[in-house]
Amino acid sequence: MATTCERREFLLKLLQLPCSAVLLSVCGPLPLFADEKKEGYDAGEHYYGMGIQVDKCIGCGRCAEACKAENDVLRQPYYFRTWVERYVVYGDGEVTVDSPEGGIHGFSAAQSDREVLRSFFVPKLCNHCDNPPCVQVCPVGATFKSVDGVVLVDKDYCIGCRYCIQACPYGARYLDPRTKTADKCTFCYHRITKGLLPACVEVCPTQARVFGELKAMSSPLRRLMRMSNLQVLKPYLNTEPKVLYSELDREVR
Amino acid sequence: MRTFRIPDQVARLAVLFAVAAVALVVVRYIFVPKSFGKLGHYRAAAVDAIASQPVRYAGTQTCVECHTEEAEKKGNSFHRGLACEVCHGPASEHASDPEAKKPFVPRERGACLYCHNYLPSRPTGFPQIIEKLHNPMKPCPTCHNPHDPTPPHVPGTCSACHASIARIKAISHHDSLECETCHEASPQHRQDPRSALPKKPTNREFCGKCHAQNAPSAKEIRRIDLATHGGRYLCWQCHYPHYPEGR
Repeated sequence: MATTCERREFLLKLLQLPCSAVLLSVCGPLPLFADEKKEGYDAGEHYYGMGIQVDKCIGCGRCAEACKAENDVLRQPYYFRTWVERYVVYGDGEVTVDSPEGGIHGFSAAQSDREVLRSFFVPKLCNHCDNPPCVQVCPVGATFKSVDGVVLVDKDYCIGCRYCIQACPYGARYLDPRTKTADKCTFCYHRITKGLLPACVEVCPTQARVFGELKAMSSPLRRLMRMSNLQVLKPYLNTEPKVLYSELDREVR
Repeated sequence: MRTFRIPDQVARLAVLFAVAAVALVVVRYIFVPKSFGKLGHYRAAAVDAIASQPVRYAGTQTCVECHTEEAEKKGNSFHRGLACEVCHGPASEHASDPEAKKPFVPRERGACLYCHNYLPSRPTGFPQIIEKLHNPMKPCPTCHNPHDPTPPHVPGTCSACHASIARIKAISHHDSLECETCHEASPQHRQDPRSALPKKPTNREFCGKCHAQNAPSAKEIRRIDLATHGGRYLCWQCHYPHYPEGR
């Protein structure tokens, strides 16, 4: 009798051993004594988004220029945290998109004999998805959605595997050749946490870009959400972008 | 009497498990950053590191603290929505030490053209010039004060702001029509466009003044029967008035 009882006890203990190991590894260094610093900025009180009024964009490219200056983005083309695309829809239905150097040096008037139905500019940037595919694929937890809804990259932790660059359906990420780490728009996190506007929003001459709180009672963004017919890019991917476009043309991808 | 003894092989296995578990905890303690997992599956310390990046654009609120005169002038002008650093470049260094670093002052033609050079893709109504035709070689500030860019003369033609429309109208049958034929605009519209918007035709009879069967217009102008043509639609719901022969 005693034998069976002890065997059961032994089996239970054997079960507990890997369980406790797993538990320990999950808990890791216990966060019990985490020092809770209360500074001026409380991320929990904010949830950021951006609105883009496509019909107000004049394609001056000042946003792309300011972004590079503010965030020390490489000056060469192909490294952009934000850029401006020009869409031209021709009479026969063909659509061309161009973005010479992200629009930083402006656009030249396209000379064409073809009938143009409509043409417009679309500023692009990281959509700060609520359901970000780039975060899902990161193997080390170097890219993440912060408490205030901004998708960020931890440069010290990034291993430069480029998975996130592949995963982003909006082409918003690039590999910084200096640090060999992924880089992207941060909504100018260093500015918004100090109460400033992101650099691109600050310099936009026509207020085509509207930045603000998605959940506040009253904010410029909230007003845009109330007054405009908003769309997001590639809604069928269920990424739930927090960059909202008003007056978006169906041809925009 | 039989006494229960843990078999040797099980004891060894248990020791192995224990060592592995301890090693896991130790390795995790050493290699997992302290703040990892505090807020989510990432280093919480990274958020502070990103937030501590230096600010280069000081923001208009900072500029106007000292430059009150310019701020007031600009605040009542067409450039009221324009941030100072759009033209003057990032100025936080200047804001923290006004003497040491002076912000950039654009005096050449190029800077204004980023916004004001004619591009058909720009939204209509935005003031644009054709750089090669508009006072060539002359720097913009000779005539326009950038802090109050009201033109020295009110625009002579509608095309100064509505260039895209003017361009397409120029190749259409309506080329010979003045804008005012259809859009009655008060002189105020040229001074302050949004305070007095031009009028638009509101009914079919307006187009009928030239295009009705019995209209007293030139013979070559295409005629339609107002009563039957197009059913209940208004003319501009099918025809683009600035390019009526377009599809």
